[in-house]
Amino acid sequence: MAQMTMIQAITDAMRNELKNDEKVLVYGEDVGNNGGVFRATDGLQKEFGEERVFDTPLAESAIGGLAHGLSLTGYRSVMELQFFGFVFEAFDSIAGQMARLHYRSGGVYNAPVTIRSPFGGGVKTPEMHADSLEGLMAQTPGLKVVIPSNPYDAKGLLISAIRDNDPVVFLEHMKLYRSFRDEVPEEEYTIPLGKADVKREGTDVSIITYGAMVQASLKAAEQLEKDGISAEVIDLRTVSPLDIEAIIESVEKTNHAVVVQEAQKQAGIAANVVAEINDRAILSLEAPVGRVTAADTIFPFAAAEDTWLPNDKDIAAKVKETLNF
Amino acid sequence: MKKTKELQKVEDQFEMFQILDEKGKVVNKDAMPELSDEELKEMMTRMVYTRIWDQRAISLNRQGRLGFYAPVAGQEASMIGSQFALDEKDWILPGYRDIPQIYYHGLPLHQAFLWSRGHFKGGQVPEGVRIMLPQIIIGAQITQTAGVAMGLQKDGEKQIAITYTGDGGASQGDFYEGMNFAGAYNLPAVFIVQNNRFAISVPVEKQSAAKTIAQKAVAAGIHGEQVDGMDILAVYAATQKARERGVEGEGPTLLEFLTYRYGPHTMAGDDPTRYRTSEEDDEWEKKDPLVRFRKFLEDKKLWSEDEEEKIVEQAKEDIKAAIKEADGTAKQKVTDLIDITFSDEEPTNLQEQREYYEKKESK
Repeated sequence: MAQMTMIQAITDAMRNELKNDEKVLVYGEDVGNNGGVFRATDGLQKEFGEERVFDTPLAESAIGGLAHGLSLTGYRSVMELQFFGFVFEAFDSIAGQMARLHYRSGGVYNAPVTIRSPFGGGVKTPEMHADSLEGLMAQTPGLKVVIPSNPYDAKGLLISAIRDNDPVVFLEHMKLYRSFRDEVPEEEYTIPLGKADVKREGTDVSIITYGAMVQASLKAAEQLEKDGISAEVIDLRTVSPLDIEAIIESVEKTNHAVVVQEAQKQAGIAANVVAEINDRAILSLEAPVGRVTAADTIFPFAAAEDTWLPNDKDIAAKVKETLNF
Repeated sequence: MKKTKELQKVEDQFEMFQILDEKGKVVNKDAMPELSDEELKEMMTRMVYTRIWDQRAISLNRQGRLGFYAPVAGQEASMIGSQFALDEKDWILPGYRDIPQIYYHGLPLHQAFLWSRGHFKGGQVPEGVRIMLPQIIIGAQITQTAGVAMGLQKDGEKQIAITYTGDGGASQGDFYEGMNFAGAYNLPAVFIVQNNRFAISVPVEKQSAAKTIAQKAVAAGIHGEQVDGMDILAVYAATQKARERGVEGEGPTLLEFLTYRYGPHTMAGDDPTRYRTSEEDDEWEKKDPLVRFRKFLEDKKLWSEDEEEKIVEQAKEDIKAAIKEADGTAKQKVTDLIDITFSDEEPTNLQEQREYYEKKESK
C-alpha cells in the first residue's frame, strides 16, 4: 500500500475516475497545465488530454453554468472552485441551478457534478479563502456536502462523489492537504456518502465533528485519556445528509455529547447535530450537549486566526465541562 | 457622456438588419432566405397560433386557471422565426417568456400549462426533446448554454445550443461570462437577446451606456448582429446564419432582436402604464410582426382570412383540450416532491419526512 498525503489521494481519486468513465471531465481555473494551485490535478492533463482536463476562463459562475450544461448532454463534471470563499460568485449556479435540476425536470434530468474546493483556517491565506461555508450549502435541498478528514477517506469519498448522480460539494481542508500521510490503497474503493465513521471508540463522551477538527478532537481525546476520560470521536465525513443513526447510537452509549466545528456557531452543522440529538436522544443525555465552534464573526484571516479557531484544548475543556455538569 | 470617435466607430457598425419593412415590402432582397411557400405559411400559422394562445393564457390566468404567465404578444416574430431556423436536435435554453419556442421544439402544450402551475409533470421533458426548462434567474441559462454547446462539440454533433434572454439579461454578469466562455472554446452557441425595451419597468437606455446590445459581442470576441425583431424573415435569416456558423465551427453569435411586448411583464400585477406611454405602444403596434407578414403573404396570394380563421379556431380547441388534460393530471403531492429531490435513494431526513407527508396527504 502507498503512503499518500490527502492531496495525492485526491489526485488519485480523480485519475481513477477519469480512467473509469470517459464522460468524466475535470476543469477549473489553473487545473490544466498548471495542475491546480495546490497541484490537486497535477499530471492529469498530460495523462488524459486537454479534452478531458482543462483550464477555464476566470469566472466561477460560468464554471458552474458549464457544469450544468454539460450535465444536460451526459457529461459528469469535476469542477474546481479555486477557493471556497469564491463560491458566492457561483452560488446561483450551484444552489439555484444544479441542485434543482432533478426537481425542476420532474426527475428527467440530473446534474452529476462534483464541486471540489479548498477551504479551512490555520494556513494564513488572504481573505475569502479559508471560510467554512458548508452550513450555507447544507441548507440547500438537492445538494450533498462532503468533508474528508484524512487521505484514506478523501479518496474513497471523492470517488463516491464523482459517481453520485446529483451535485456534491466536496470540501478539502487546506491544513490537511500535506500535514500527514496515510496508507492509501492504489486500487479503487469507495466510501458511501452520508455515512459517519467512528475514528476512536470511547465510553464516556461522544465528540461529533468533521474536517480538520477530527484531528484536533483525536488529539483532545488523547489528553482526556490521561485524565481517565474515554472519548469517542465520530467523524461525520458527510455533513449533508447527516448520518443521524451513527450520532444517536454513540450518544445513547456515552450519554454525553460535544459537537465540534471550525465554522461560526450560529445556524451551522453543529446546531443541526444538536437538534437531531435533542429530537431523538434527549432522555439519554446526562448533560446539555456541548458545542465548540468559532465566534460568530467574519473569519479573521492571518492576524487573529490561531486564537479564533477552535483547538484541541478548547475541545478537551468543553468535554470536561459537559462531564462535570 | 461624451463618446470618443473610436467608440462611435465601433457602435456605428451595428445597424439593424431588416428584410420586410412595416408595410410588408421586401427591402433587402439579397438577404431573403430560401423558404418554400409551405414554410412561409407555417411561420404565419405559428405566429397566429401563438397570439391566440397568448390571449387565451391571459384570460385563463385572470380566471385563476393558469399559474405564472409572461405575455408574448409583440414578440412572435422573434420567438417563432428563430425557433423555425433550428434543427430538431439543437438545444434550446429558454427564459421564462420563451414558452412558444419550446412548445414548437416538442414540449406538449398541456405540460407548458402544468409548468406554469408549478406542477412537476410540466418539467418532465419528453425523451428526445432537447430543451431546458424555462429559466427564472435572469441570465443563468446563458452560462449553461456554453456547457451544452461544449457537450455537443465534444460529441462531434453538428448541432447548436441556442438561448434567449431580454435586454435586462444583457446587464447580468452571466451574460458576458457565457458569451466569453463560448468564445474562448469556440462553441456552437447562439445567444439571443430579445430587446423588448423594458426589463419590467426599467427602459433599455438605463441598462447600459452601450448604443446596442449587439455590440457587447465585441468584448467577448464573437460575432454580433442587431436584427429587426418584428420581421420574421430577418429573424429567421439571421438565426439560420448564426446556426450555420456554429455548426461549421466558426464560433458563437450574439443576436439582438429589437422587439416589444404589448402586454405586462407578467400577469402578477405589473402595470405598464406606470412606465410606458400609449404613444410608444402605438408606435410599436405599427411595426406588428403579424400585420406585416400577413401583408407580405397576401401580396404573394398565400394567405386568406378563411385560413387565418381556421388557425384561430384550431388554437382555441387545442388550448381547451390542453387545459383539460392539465386539469386531469393528479394533484402534485409533497411526497412527489420528496421523491424528485435526489436521483438516488433519499437520505434519512427525507425518508422520515416522506412518512409524515404520506399520512398528512392521505387524510
